[in-house]
Amino acid sequence: MDLSCTDEEEEFRARLAAWLAATLPGLPPRPDPLDWPARRAYDCGWQRRLYDAGYADVHWDASPTQRLIFLEETELAGAPYVGANFVGLLHAGPTIAAEGTPAQRARWLPPVLRGDEVWCQGFSEPDAGSDLASLRTKAVRDGDAYVVTGQKIWTSHAEVADWCELLVRTDPDAPSRHRGITWLAMPMDAPGVTVRPLRTLAGSTEFAEVFLDEVRVPVENRVGEENDGWRVTMVTLSFERGTAFVGEVVACRRLLGELARAARKNGTWDDAVLRRRLGRLSAEFQALWRIVQANVSEAQATGGVPGAGGSVFKLHYSHARQELYEAAAAVLGPDALDLGRDWTLDRLSSLSYTIAAGTSQIQRNIVAERILGLPKGR
Amino acid sequence: MDFRLTEDQQALRRGVRDLLEGRFGREALRAAVDSGGALDRDLWRGLGAAGFFALRLPEEAGGVGLGLPEAVLVFEEAGRALLPGPLVATHLAAGSVPGAAEGDVVVTEVAEGLVPWLDAADVVVGDASGAVPVRSVDPLTPLHRVPLPPPAPGGEETSPEAVLLTAAEQVGSAGRTTAEAVSYARRREQFGQVIGGFQAVKHLCAGMLVRTELARAAVRAASLTVDPVEIAGAKLLADEAATANARDCLQVHGGMGFTWEADVHLHLKRAWVRAGLRLPAARAEEAVAAGL
Ligand SMILES: Cc1cc2nc3c(=O)[nH]c(=O)nc-3n(C[C@H](O)[C@H](O)[C@H](O)COP(=O)(O)OP(=O)(O)OC[C@H]3O[C@@H](n4cnc5c(N)ncnc54)[C@H](O)[C@@H]3O)c2cc1C
Repeated sequence: MDLSCTDEEEEFRARLAAWLAATLPGLPPRPDPLDWPARRAYDCGWQRRLYDAGYADVHWDASPTQRLIFLEETELAGAPYVGANFVGLLHAGPTIAAEGTPAQRARWLPPVLRGDEVWCQGFSEPDAGSDLASLRTKAVRDGDAYVVTGQKIWTSHAEVADWCELLVRTDPDAPSRHRGITWLAMPMDAPGVTVRPLRTLAGSTEFAEVFLDEVRVPVENRVGEENDGWRVTMVTLSFERGTAFVGEVVACRRLLGELARAARKNGTWDDAVLRRRLGRLSAEFQALWRIVQANVSEAQATGGVPGAGGSVFKLHYSHARQELYEAAAAVLGPDALDLGRDWTLDRLSSLSYTIAAGTSQIQRNIVAERILGLPKGR
Repeated sequence: MDFRLTEDQQALRRGVRDLLEGRFGREALRAAVDSGGALDRDLWRGLGAAGFFALRLPEEAGGVGLGLPEAVLVFEEAGRALLPGPLVATHLAAGSVPGAAEGDVVVTEVAEGLVPWLDAADVVVGDASGAVPVRSVDPLTPLHRVPLPPPAPGGEETSPEAVLLTAAEQVGSAGRTTAEAVSYARRREQFGQVIGGFQAVKHLCAGMLVRTELARAAVRAASLTVDPVEIAGAKLLADEAATANARDCLQVHGGMGFTWEADVHLHLKRAWVRAGLRLPAARAEEAVAAGL
């Protein structure tokens, strides 16, 4: 067990921290959180700066420890969130890096790192959410293309995305429903793709319905083999659950610090019950960060793709983060009802954490079945 | 950074587990309970001979020369086995109290107005005057009550190492009750299937694992940083894991869980005692909050 960093890593940390300190004050003001086109431009602009300064490839090429240092330093400094680049950088990209051909990696990864292309995730369907393997969007091979027809839903950032990691059914007669699925990279501007934004409870159009009407997707856009998409999907989901939220744990530690300062200022810190609640949350986020380090160490030793331990993390993280916003509401009092405050919007957004990327109930099934070895439910 | 156990650490953990299974397996545990919970001096000397108390003394001083991260692993195993006795106090006294390192001398301490194992101890750290026996909730931890002195300004703190090692025992217990619940859930049948196939049961078990892993990561990290705030947080989560897991384990066992026969109550009662003896939740929460 060793939590220390090498000299080289510490040097990387210092260089990055200095760069952040010099760069962040010059950033343009953040856009209206409800304006997704503006957010795309802002998030991609930030990604471009990281790229130009040589920090973008930390996502796939650096050592896992270096990646953690990157996440820790950027979040502690209050740098912009990945935002619109979440899917591209944190799970579509890693999937292509792990499963794609050299040509596919060369085609899709650099534009993500440069902030030129944004990805979305077309997994869920109206009748296939938790039961993802029951998806029905079908793809029929026609020469050098798949012809795709069906509907996706809850597709985050679809409105502003260039590419979609899309799950389709290529063999409706496969002996098991898990076997007839294929993973495709679909251009969002292809004829036949219609995006209809959905309004979230926070008032944002951060996700959408996506209708697919005989959309032609070149066969060369298939990642993995035909009908082997479920295995590729497990790789994507393991990144989504295992590593995609890692940086946000640090963000929570920073938010908790802000909250403590606010509480000291407005006197709610004198309330022992509230103070102790913040103390408990702080212990939890600290421990979550330690779990991240344990999971990353494990993944580093076993070859990169995070294991089911990600579900342990995701389960506790999503609840703790919701609890953080409830505590924030107690500190902020009347301000917690003001939609103009970031805290209020974030409190609303946090309600999705126990649903998106697999609900808490599904994560518990995974932990019980895959880690504890309890029998599969019927 | 590599937060996994090294091979030596894994070997140490396996060795301690084997040793404790041999010297204090289930039969011995139940025999100790039945005999009214006297301290087994043979066992204590056996632990001493195995290096349990001298673990962190330098080799020149006859110790094993290991560090806090290793001690945490060893105490995790002790908690898993429900090993009785003032283990932490004696371990911390090795090197300063003659005979403690070898297991010839039993050392206890006053903590939170309580003294565990007062009658069995040769040396008491702290002021035990006026101690009166109480009927301890834990059949394997005799307790005395001492009048709590008024809190000194700036107060003398429980040693962070003592807090951390106690937390490590809690983690061991939490891991054990998780394993017991899972094993029972895979055996016990109702409605024509094993109860582990029922989601309500599965989700209890998953929750137990999550609590254990969170506490374990916290305790192990704190053994490396030795940061008092991180130690306080680790104790908080470890207390929670040990007590809540024992309760969930009891629930998974149904009526069987409510019997004297099942070991789960022993885990719950010891977890309560450990939670109460060093840095109880309210103070731990305050300590972490003060670090914000
Ligand atoms: C903000 C947000 C963003 C999202 N972004 C995307 C995206 O970009 N791309 C994408 O593909 N999807 C996305 N999703 C979809 C998300 O993955 C699904 O909502 C989620 O998997 C749950 O599916 P569902 O909504 O169909 O709910 P359902 O599966 O219908 O679940 C309803 C309830 O039943 C419970 N339930 C279902 N099955 C079981 C079971 N076996 N055991 C116990 N309980 C069960 C669930 O836990 C839940 O409480 C997003 C969702 C949200 C909220």
